[in-house]
Amino acid sequence: MSTNTIHKKNIYTCLEEIKDPEVPVLSIIDLGIVRDIKESEEDGIEIIITPTYTGCPAMDMIAMNIKMTMASYGYKNIKVTSVLSPAWTTDWMSEEGKRKLKEYGIAPPNPKQQVCHENLFAPNEAVQCPHCNSHHTHRISEFGSTACKALYQCDDCKEPFDYFKCH
Amino acid sequence: MENTFNNKDSSKVPPSEGFREAYTLHLADTTLILAQRNSEWCGHGPILEQDIAITNISLDLIGQARNFYQYAASLIGNTDEDKLAYLRTEREFKNLLLVEQPNGDWGQTILRQYLFSQFQYLLYQQLQNSKDEQLAAIAAKAIKETSYHLRWSSEWVIRLGDGTEESHARMLNAVDELWSYTGEMFIPAEYETISGVDYTLLKQSWTEKVNSVFSEATLIPPSGGGGAVFMQTGGKEGRHTEHLGFILTKLQYMQRAYPNSEW
Repeated sequence: MSTNTIHKKNIYTCLEEIKDPEVPVLSIIDLGIVRDIKESEEDGIEIIITPTYTGCPAMDMIAMNIKMTMASYGYKNIKVTSVLSPAWTTDWMSEEGKRKLKEYGIAPPNPKQQVCHENLFAPNEAVQCPHCNSHHTHRISEFGSTACKALYQCDDCKEPFDYFKCH
Repeated sequence: MENTFNNKDSSKVPPSEGFREAYTLHLADTTLILAQRNSEWCGHGPILEQDIAITNISLDLIGQARNFYQYAASLIGNTDEDKLAYLRTEREFKNLLLVEQPNGDWGQTILRQYLFSQFQYLLYQQLQNSKDEQLAAIAAKAIKETSYHLRWSSEWVIRLGDGTEESHARMLNAVDELWSYTGEMFIPAEYETISGVDYTLLKQSWTEKVNSVFSEATLIPPSGGGGAVFMQTGGKEGRHTEHLGFILTKLQYMQRAYPNSEW
């Protein structure tokens, strides 16, 4: 392993500490929003991130947290850049991230894209209840407490829960 | 946070002076004003879930507006997204007339959202292949959210149009109120020649889709009694209905009352 690779690995370890302010169990690495890390003598370290949803209000806070966390580890000259292309998708969320989400009580996105279509009045996606694992659930609202979530309820244990919708 | 804009190729595309800036501002203003209108429902929606839905859509639109304003600011220079949103006057706003129309009842808000989302979805389909890499990136990103808006608003138009006598009557009224503001979407302003969008195709696809949703909703688009339906125009060039001034008064109040205030 070259020193450069070790160095990058260390940066990724720092970034693991930065959580999504809305879903504090997920790190920005779990979410798949860190797209690249660039380094150069004159420009320092550039962390390239992409928003989950266009209007995600957490992005400014995430950018600030990256700078503060990196500074606390002694990294200087940090630049955070936001790019839109290619557009983020829930496919980039790590398996570890999906596991943490479920543990936290939010149903993780289904592996197959089932929501991003134009069909009207389509049947509800089969979403597994994060509490009792039943697939016997129904959607209450396609729009939830944040842009990335829909609201569901379990028909067996009756608990309402958030679903991190596939995107 | 800094943003990278893929406008390094701008020298290769020689549009007429200022067209690209104007077109980007048109996209920004349209999304901002509809976001502002929809946000008026916050805490007033007919039921909680739909209150959350319409304000979620607002948030998505504000996100798109920010991307367009940031890009416009980078093209114009010596300005930023906030100045462009908060310190331009009514005549400088280039938004579609449709999005500044009052919310009316829930039916009218739904119909406005549907007529716009149907247009925006088809527009972004074309725009994501734009030669302008940054506009293409914004469109490709936003079309995923727009497909939610489109599906949600289409379903509501059908539900209300083909619902009770009362909801049907209200939807007919909404069609009357809003229809004359739809023509403008397909009449390109001079600066839109740089967009690379095929407006004939856009109008054709939009009309087909709207006819299909209207037919399911048992609504009929105005036919003009054999002649052409009169269509309002001017928003893209800064000539607005009386409503925009009131929207801006509220939207820009803080910056006008306390210049340069931040929070």
